[in-house]
Amino acid sequence: MSIGAEVPRDRAKRLLTGRGRFVDDIQLPRMLHLAFVRSPYAHARIEAIDTAGAISMPGVIAVYTAKELEDAVSSWRPEHKLFPTMAAPEQHALAKETARWQGEAVAAVVAESRAQAEDAAEHVAVTWHELPAVTDAKAALATDAAVLHDDMTTNLAFSTEIVTGDVALAFRDAAHVVEEHFRFNRHSGVSLEPRGIIAEFEPGENRLTVHQSHQTPHQQQDLYARLLALPEHKVRVICPDVGGAFGLKHHLMADELVACVAARLLCRPVKYIADRLESFLSDIHCRDHEVHARMAFSAAGKILGIEVDDLFNAGAYGQYPRTSIAEGNQITRLTGAPYGHEHYRAGLRMAFLNKSILGHIRSVGHPIACAVAERLLDMGAADFGLDPIEVRRMNYLSDDDFPRTSAGGVEFESLSFNGCLDKALQMIDVPGFRETQTALGQQGIYRGIGIATFVELTAIGPEYYGEGGQHISAQETCLLRLEGSGTVRCYTGVTDQGQGIDTGIQQVVAGVMGLPLADVEVISGDSALCPVGGGSWGSRGAALGGEAALGAARTLRGNILNIAASLLQKEPNDLSIEQGVVIDAASGSRHMAVSEIGRIGHFQPYTIPDGVSADLTVVERYGSRDRMFLAGNGLQIAVVEVDVDSGIVTPLRHLVVHDCGRILNPLLVREQVRGGVVQGIGAALYEELRYDEDGHLMTGSFADYLVPMAGEMPDIEVAHLETPTKTSELGAKGAGEAGTAGAVGAVLNAVNDAIAPFKASIAETPITPPRLLRALGKI
Amino acid sequence: MADALGLLARHGDDAAIVAGGQSLLPILNFRLAAPELLIDIGRLDDLKQITEGDDYIEIGALLRHCDLADSPLIGRDLPLLHQAINHIAHPAVRHRGTIGGSLAMADPAAELGACCLALDGAFSLLSGREQRWVAASDFFKGVYETALQPDEILTAIRIPKPVRNSISVFEEIARRRGDFAMAGLALVAAPNSLRIALLGVADRPVLAGQTMALLSANPTAVDAAMEMIATEIEPPDDPAYPPAYRRHLVQVLLRRALSRLPQ
Repeated sequence: MSIGAEVPRDRAKRLLTGRGRFVDDIQLPRMLHLAFVRSPYAHARIEAIDTAGAISMPGVIAVYTAKELEDAVSSWRPEHKLFPTMAAPEQHALAKETARWQGEAVAAVVAESRAQAEDAAEHVAVTWHELPAVTDAKAALATDAAVLHDDMTTNLAFSTEIVTGDVALAFRDAAHVVEEHFRFNRHSGVSLEPRGIIAEFEPGENRLTVHQSHQTPHQQQDLYARLLALPEHKVRVICPDVGGAFGLKHHLMADELVACVAARLLCRPVKYIADRLESFLSDIHCRDHEVHARMAFSAAGKILGIEVDDLFNAGAYGQYPRTSIAEGNQITRLTGAPYGHEHYRAGLRMAFLNKSILGHIRSVGHPIACAVAERLLDMGAADFGLDPIEVRRMNYLSDDDFPRTSAGGVEFESLSFNGCLDKALQMIDVPGFRETQTALGQQGIYRGIGIATFVELTAIGPEYYGEGGQHISAQETCLLRLEGSGTVRCYTGVTDQGQGIDTGIQQVVAGVMGLPLADVEVISGDSALCPVGGGSWGSRGAALGGEAALGAARTLRGNILNIAASLLQKEPNDLSIEQGVVIDAASGSRHMAVSEIGRIGHFQPYTIPDGVSADLTVVERYGSRDRMFLAGNGLQIAVVEVDVDSGIVTPLRHLVVHDCGRILNPLLVREQVRGGVVQGIGAALYEELRYDEDGHLMTGSFADYLVPMAGEMPDIEVAHLETPTKTSELGAKGAGEAGTAGAVGAVLNAVNDAIAPFKASIAETPITPPRLLRALGKI
Repeated sequence: MADALGLLARHGDDAAIVAGGQSLLPILNFRLAAPELLIDIGRLDDLKQITEGDDYIEIGALLRHCDLADSPLIGRDLPLLHQAINHIAHPAVRHRGTIGGSLAMADPAAELGACCLALDGAFSLLSGREQRWVAASDFFKGVYETALQPDEILTAIRIPKPVRNSISVFEEIARRRGDFAMAGLALVAAPNSLRIALLGVADRPVLAGQTMALLSANPTAVDAAMEMIATEIEPPDDPAYPPAYRRHLVQVLLRRALSRLPQ
């Protein structure tokens, strides 16, 4: 059975030997290149654009502004019917009249080479009228703030509140209340391969073919068809190798859309690859939340209630088509989710302001919800003189509490908090650490340990975007095709951007069908060839794509056995398949190879009696019903050393115990968790998109935007429990959010533990050296 | 060399010299500079020598950081450079970047400029007109600004051999291994003298002149030196690493450096 085997991912060998085929590796005949004129101001009216200087530059084919594209492409509004009061301002492919963030594209130059396009872009003369920039959510909601959007009277995009139980009463009766104001600064996903697209249009067939570094080819097919008014079956979106996505490649991006429009207008292929500065300026960003929260405890240390107020922003518009609400929504839903309190109030306000659009990046909202609750819990434990582990034990939802709807309103099927903690405590000697910590503290070396328990919401159901009005499939379909030689092609609607889901699905098909792994090839990332599906985001590949593959594999296996049974004069139920051979189920004796079935089924079908179900191309679908998410869980423990002179934090050790249900491939899941932890440590210690007060980005390169590097990362130990979901046969839950979800909280708590001897605390990430020294009162 | 100097004389500010390219190429990529002409001096092998005089070491400008790190002569006589090179970016950069390129670029946070200051080095600036020597302390003029004229090439660095029993200490504090330092300190202590140069804390590498004088006169005046070194610098107004933080860091660095000296 290949499900559960540690198999290296199928693409790894090719990618590691430099034979990847990313969008920028693709060269098409007569291909043109696109460069953008981007707003140098965070907020400015475009009074005039003079393109004459650019159009006469060498190699230039066309220069576009919003006016030239007006009839060629529609605008859009990020609406979500589950949040009907959320403001959804109109956005255009190129900024029209007003630029609302530094880096918003206002003109596009198409030329024979990228260098020529960039040279010419410098000669597009824009007359700007600078407007006051709004760069902070609090300032955006002030009464005298400049309002970004003409059809709005304030910058408030959305506000809501969740109330469960009687939180006022809980706080009144509390023996102890802790309170903190947190700030989680803005960062992004920072994929190694930036965003990129090649669009080509064939006027004779009215056909748009797009190669794009993207997570959701079918979503893009739908969007390009609608925005460019093309029949959907004439649009094909192909995602070749994708060099990391992390959520920043599952949206409509205005600049990428311009490539499609330009290709259609010019009838030549047009390539656009975001450079790194453009990536920092215009990718989807995340976090940028200010959270005020408090937690009420009983005298014994039980959590009685939690109050959380999240203030964040959507950037200048709101991402399309998913909208920007989810990060705040997840925070209000998930804060304190692992615990059994009954009283809860969570409020959120989302503002528009003059920065790049903010939205869904890996682990949307989870790291903040986790860090807030876990920090409050540690603060409470310290006040009580309770051990952080003890206070968690006391408050965890126990195995008997499930199924349960959380105080935040999320349905939990079955989570394993205590089991994860037990396992973690086998991996790390906490009392031993405490002894070392004390001894080192006497020598002026300050170490800390931090624990963070998290819930991981994965495999979103159709109730979210289906009801929201977005054309985003939450259903997955798998098409399997037995070739004449007995090997199998598998077409899936989920996509592989480096996480290896192709291999996971290959394992499911081979495992269910009884074939050698090498006899199954997975084909993904092509909106024309693959069944309509949702792509890969929100940790949905294994849970949804895997389950659909299981169904299809079972059907195809059944048909193979039907044919074999009719040829062998036996009952299908008496037969099985192992290693590509049809065998007698009871005795294991060999009957015939699956390749024989392929040959007969395709080339001598007349030997199969009528009425035998003998389809060798099969399709099965899987769509979850009546649940918004599949919830997984886990915990992380971070050990850090804080240099209290320089303020530099060094992660020393990091461990994760994770439960994502049935694991298709432990190797790939562990590596996903490790990658997620590294991104979480990045958010905790390094990564920050800093803007000045005029809304100018100060971190436009990797010299200023610091990503975690291998040299600074600790060994990351990962262990798993498996609590399969009963909502599917496979039992897999998603696994991609876990690492990022818990790492920020674990590191934040570890740093606070390390500086506790100084009676100091910090509640802002990333924990930069100056911030830490300020917390310590040293500067 | 004559060709290079001729091109430079003709094109001046419109030309840029490329050696290892570790600073210039990113600048071109960002379109922050658009020289009409790149003059590649990478094959001027005369600039790749280390020569030893009676009382000095002369380092060709085209020697790469890794060449200096591999040189036993540098290790013996100028151990400060060996310490500092470990902090310069990553191996890939150290295998392309040159000492002359780093000094001519004059990034205020670069390691080698501060080392040359601490070691009281001088730079050979060559043009079609003349060859002149400029002391390190006169060479750095500001952020990316030096005494180099548009027609001059920095060809060599001459550093006096430190006196016997002198001690070198290089310390810096960076966010991650290989990053530009938020602050750094190069210290050369000889029986009768002490030189301290700082990087990353001003618009150029600077000598901590007052602190040097104080400690030279009174080596035990450590507390006063801590006060002085924090106040005698003018850190850049950088919101990410504000002046107060950098002033604090130079104190941390000085304390660490002094703790490495024999008492």
